[in-house]
Amino acid sequence: MVSKNQTLTLNHKPGHIKHDGHNMTGFIIFLCSESIIFFAFFVGYSVLKISAPVWYPSGINGIDVKMPLINTVILVSSSFVIYFAEKYLHKKNLWGFRIVWFITMIMGSYFVYGQYVEWSELTFSLQSGAFGGMFYLLTGFHGLHVITGILLMGLMLYRSFLPNNYKGGEMGVESVSLFWHFVDVIWLLLFGLIYLWQ
Amino acid sequence: MTIVNYDPRLVKTKNPYPKGPNDWKRFFSFNTDAKVIGIQYIVTALFFLLIGGLLGMLIRGELITPPSDLFDPTVYNGLYTMHGTIMLFLFLFPILSGLTNLLVPPMIGAPDMAFPKLNALAFWLVPVFSIILLLSFFVPGGPASSGWWSYPPISIQNPLGKIINGEMLWIIAISLSGISSIIGAVNFVTTIIRMRAPGMGFFKMPIFIWTVLAAQLLQLLGLPALTGGAIMLFFDLTFGTSFFRVEGGGDPVLFQHFFWFYSHPAVYVMVLPVFGIFSELFPVYSRKPLFGYKFVAIASFGITILSLVVWVHHMFYTGTPMWMRNLFMFTTMLIAVPTGVKVFAWIATLWGGNIRLSTPMLFCLGGLFNFIFGGITGVMLATVPVDIHVGNTYFVVAHFHYIIFNTIAFGIFAAIYHWFPKFTGKMFYEGLGKIHFTLTFIGATLNWLPLHWAGLLGMPRRVASYDPEFAIWNVLASIGAFILGVASIPFILNMVSSWVRGKSAPPNPWKAIGLEWLLPSPPPHENFEEDIPTVLNEPYCYGLDKPFVEDEKFYVEKSLKKH
Repeated sequence: MVSKNQTLTLNHKPGHIKHDGHNMTGFIIFLCSESIIFFAFFVGYSVLKISAPVWYPSGINGIDVKMPLINTVILVSSSFVIYFAEKYLHKKNLWGFRIVWFITMIMGSYFVYGQYVEWSELTFSLQSGAFGGMFYLLTGFHGLHVITGILLMGLMLYRSFLPNNYKGGEMGVESVSLFWHFVDVIWLLLFGLIYLWQ
Repeated sequence: MTIVNYDPRLVKTKNPYPKGPNDWKRFFSFNTDAKVIGIQYIVTALFFLLIGGLLGMLIRGELITPPSDLFDPTVYNGLYTMHGTIMLFLFLFPILSGLTNLLVPPMIGAPDMAFPKLNALAFWLVPVFSIILLLSFFVPGGPASSGWWSYPPISIQNPLGKIINGEMLWIIAISLSGISSIIGAVNFVTTIIRMRAPGMGFFKMPIFIWTVLAAQLLQLLGLPALTGGAIMLFFDLTFGTSFFRVEGGGDPVLFQHFFWFYSHPAVYVMVLPVFGIFSELFPVYSRKPLFGYKFVAIASFGITILSLVVWVHHMFYTGTPMWMRNLFMFTTMLIAVPTGVKVFAWIATLWGGNIRLSTPMLFCLGGLFNFIFGGITGVMLATVPVDIHVGNTYFVVAHFHYIIFNTIAFGIFAAIYHWFPKFTGKMFYEGLGKIHFTLTFIGATLNWLPLHWAGLLGMPRRVASYDPEFAIWNVLASIGAFILGVASIPFILNMVSSWVRGKSAPPNPWKAIGLEWLLPSPPPHENFEEDIPTVLNEPYCYGLDKPFVEDEKFYVEKSLKKH
């Protein structure tokens, strides 16, 4: 069978656009921009915490670290797991890639579940002063990134079952993996800021 | 099984110009050609210039007499808020995106932007958020009315208690505009870094490309802060959080930090490409190489870096500690150094040149003249004592209009005229262009020059009525504003009639040096197709005996043949 793509006419020689690295460059630039928005929130949190007369809402002395700590361990290890998935892909071991990639997705989903459990046990809300708002904003915004990461991983997993896609076209996988590392680093900073600095 | 490893962007499935290069229908469709997107941006932005200008004329109509007699003060607040918002987010940013879309790929010899689909998406967000913004005129309570700064606590008050209100629509529109700009910035930076023609090292890029790179990096570094602030403001307004509410432990000044961390650099996002336009046009119309090319290029980055550490000068009167005021006064004044380098280079380029006073050059000279004036008042405002005295008066309004309209918009007009033949394939009418320039220059000067005096005498900004002692300055300003309104007539006439029935433009009507001038007018879909010229020198070798590209003759002949 000949791929039907061949019937399309190229209007000039392929390779005229040196497009090999565009996607990665663009994606890294995008992540730099994303980190600024988190940076803005972190600065906001720190400024509000330092200048606030009363930080935690009444009746609350601090937040429990146990559940988030487990979550941290899961998320940090998933960053290593995804690295091995990428390695399998580079070695052309497609099934190895799929399995390890799926394990990463499960670890990410567990993180989201952990966050859900933590949120449902909290006794303060979004309206509980500057702290309440900041807490939910930061963890929620990060959680949104984790969910996006899982969805993107699902997309890559789906794509790995399509023909013709993994012959030197690992750009999507590399970008998603980079995104996952990014989400992980942001979580570590967030964990330090919210849970350790009490 | 044969696998064809192809990039979908390389495959052209249908003819991009079904009815010839001037087929107007493609400007109304989802097109991924950067040149089409550029023109879509520019036309949309010019439409909003008219709307924003109309609001500005209504404001000046109110201020022509001291009492508040034309509008209710609340309506007036809505008017100036929307005037500022429309002019910045629907005119200046989109039109500069349009110019960069048009110019960057041909100028660096790239076939298109790095991500053409994202590029189209960034444009189509503009109509979406402009409709959201304009819809706010029809919601209960009217549009946002806390100024384009939207400072809390005013902006998070919701007297009507409605979920959908003008302020909320404002925040959503601004956030969408931010997303559009970030997509655009990622695209521009990637394109410039990775898609330059062979031989075009960083120090052979046109200055316009340098300034676009600097400006777009600034977008990437600054805009997320504003988006973060807007998200928090949205939560405060809609979900009752207390980020900026003092009673809940929040801090309203924090918003000002977020806001100005982006919105001061935003001025440089807009003015840097205009500096690039000046640097492109002065050599062409004075037939001399750009003086101090490398210094001008590096100065762009100097401005970028310094502009990230000046934002507190907007907040000298918000109880900022003295050490902070002094520090930011110093950094703000430091910006005058790289800017001065540029002004010096332009004047040195003009010095002894063979100057042609055609419309683009007139706009450039007018813009440069006004910029020197606006720059000086800028340094005045950077000093803490002067700023505390005049910070909330019309002096500031006059200063920033001198930069934003009299410099940036002048530069934009210059660029539109200069590159009009290239991208439409038609020549504009020089006479109408000169009438447009004369009316614009007189109107703009009459509008904002007198307001410096009104401000120095103490006329406060953001109010619908004022003391009769300021009446004379306001009458002059209002007459200027109406002249500016009239000035748009020859401009529109010129653009429309010359595009429809103007004389065909040759590939290089100004005898300019630059990759885009080696292409036929209008350029084909993918600019250079296979034969990308190898760049040998920077594109300002007027009167010098060194070639700009390898085998220049070949490309000129090729473009003439296509033409």
